[in-house]
Amino acid sequence: MSGSEKTILVRYFAMFREHAGVGEETLSLNAATAKDVFEQTRLRHGSKEPNGHCKVAINDEMADWSSPVEDGDTVLLFPPVAGG
Amino acid sequence: MIEVTSAVIDAEKQKRALCNAGAGGYCSFEGWVRNENDGRLVNRLEYEAYEPLVIAEGKKVLAEALQRFPYLEARCVHRTGLLEIGDLAVWVGVASAHRDEAFKACRYIIDELKMRLPIWKKEHYADGDSGWVNCERCAAHDQR
Repeated sequence: MSGSEKTILVRYFAMFREHAGVGEETLSLNAATAKDVFEQTRLRHGSKEPNGHCKVAINDEMADWSSPVEDGDTVLLFPPVAGG
Repeated sequence: MIEVTSAVIDAEKQKRALCNAGAGGYCSFEGWVRNENDGRLVNRLEYEAYEPLVIAEGKKVLAEALQRFPYLEARCVHRTGLLEIGDLAVWVGVASAHRDEAFKACRYIIDELKMRLPIWKKEHYADGDSGWVNCERCAAHDQR
């Protein structure tokens, strides 16, 4: 669950950006995985979206919620997609 | 070829770009902006995309379709920005030697696109309200 404090650039899209009020922010997080980043930003911004329908990318590569995050990473949080 | 654009999609131009002497036919899918969703009147749609990953994931989808249903040419274009009722939001075209591959590859590409590509759709309703498609529904589900 926990890791050491890391500086993460978190980018928000669509509904997440509206919840956060910003498109991106640099945060110091005690996060080991992408899921930790999601949960901590979710608490921070009061978002109720469950992660099950959302997607995550790390440094412009699609990732899994269990993917590890490193100091300096950019984590992109995608709410449920709806193209077409 | 996969593309994201804020400009009007020229379907005829896209179709011409599929020309291939070996093609015996082509199949396309056009996604249009509809005036209702889930019983609510919709005035317009707003699409947002994260282009770098739409392109990267889109290329994977086209490659998967090629492996499953060997086609000759395939193209996909998705609009972003504010769209009005009847506007063309997405265009998929596939040319192949025989029709079966064209139909199946086209279907595969649009289905995967809708599920996997980082594209979001906000509906602007006739009553002045607006909402992101799929998002509020998931949130409601989570609270049950």
